[in-house]
Amino acid sequence: MSPVSRGFRGRGRVPAEEGDRLPPGQHATTDFPVLSAGPTPHTPLPEWTFSITRGGDTLKSWTWQQLQELPAETVTADIHCVTRWSKLGTQWRGVSVDTLLDQVAADGPYVLAFCDGGYTPNLPAEDVTGGKAWVAFGYDGQPLEPEHGGPARLLVPHLYFWKSAKWVRGLELRDYDAPGFWESYGYHMYGDPWKQQRYAGD
Amino acid sequence: METTAVRRRLSWQAAAVTSVDRETASVVTIELEPPDWPGHRAGQHLDVRLTAEDGYAAERSYSIASAPGEPPAITVERLENGEVSPYLTEELRVGDELELRGPIGGYFVWEPADDSPLMLIAGGSGVVPLRSMLRHRLRTGGDVPARLLYSSRTLPDVIYRGELGQYGDGVRVICTLTRSQPPGWTGYSGRVNAAMLTEIAWPASRHPLAFICGPTSFVEAVAENLIALGYPPQRVKTERFGGT
Repeated sequence: MSPVSRGFRGRGRVPAEEGDRLPPGQHATTDFPVLSAGPTPHTPLPEWTFSITRGGDTLKSWTWQQLQELPAETVTADIHCVTRWSKLGTQWRGVSVDTLLDQVAADGPYVLAFCDGGYTPNLPAEDVTGGKAWVAFGYDGQPLEPEHGGPARLLVPHLYFWKSAKWVRGLELRDYDAPGFWESYGYHMYGDPWKQQRYAGD
Repeated sequence: METTAVRRRLSWQAAAVTSVDRETASVVTIELEPPDWPGHRAGQHLDVRLTAEDGYAAERSYSIASAPGEPPAITVERLENGEVSPYLTEELRVGDELELRGPIGGYFVWEPADDSPLMLIAGGSGVVPLRSMLRHRLRTGGDVPARLLYSSRTLPDVIYRGELGQYGDGVRVICTLTRSQPPGWTGYSGRVNAAMLTEIAWPASRHPLAFICGPTSFVEAVAENLIALGYPPQRVKTERFGGT
């Protein structure tokens, strides 16, 4: 039971129509904050590829052009950052991770997304399959801007947004779960916003 | 990447507010005495939770302003239309309790064992975690050469003004004022740009380690400029704040 903060009344109470869409501890924002651990990388599209790997082998790789030729989906989703902002009703364009994984003859219980700049989040494979994750390259009807992860980022909206890796370049299929970048610095291995799984042990 | 094997659960605890010091018209530093503080590293942050009488709670993260070994302190800037920062900067008093948990984060962290020249670049209240690093360097008797380039709107907006010259030998603090400069101002004027960084930043040949903290647009621009000056991306650590 938290002690009452003397004199704090709070003005962030959520309107009823948003209440069931905001996980605990989150507040809605209308802008789109940027949080990254390092500089924004800029890989030219002709050099860009997206790969699925396993045990050091590249199972399949797509160029930017090849990715664009795959069936894309428009996704409307609420996103939730571990730093406590949520943005409701964001609209994305991207290729479902199912579509990509369908083209490789291997799977694994876990994935590690890898990115320009060295960033990595770890995820259970079942959280990036079954229509739950995309490689997104469009935001709000426009190409995804570099500071928000363009040319392409992972989009896994049901988990805290650090799992939706910016500047994503591929997925490594793994037999085991091991911490990615933020996870190795004490953030939660799974990151369910509805359970407030912000930090290890939450 | 190194991983830490065992991690303690971060529990909420009620810390006593032991001092509230005004830094500028809109910024205060709050020193805290949590019952169980494991110690922090320079650059880490902590979470604060406020609870209203009806149980409504609001949480925010703040960079830790004090050096490792000092009691945890946060420096908070009042944000217009903010919910937590107006309370912390105007309502909170010595003797109150403040719920917190931490420390959190391990990437935007400086350790004295790293002997690279330090290039610290701050916009506004982004100076807070960098101040922790400079105090840590001073307290540990470090001799790593360090430069802090600190951008503020006006002179009265400069946080930690009284101590910026007291970080010891080998530290150079360079301020730039973007909006207005007082008569006789001898620092830089205007936003941090490529020309300013070319003059002030350690050359890449010295293998510097850079920490940049500030609003998103500031951090993006400064990071791009350091990359253009030859800094490897993995030697440019950033912390951005924006939104609410």
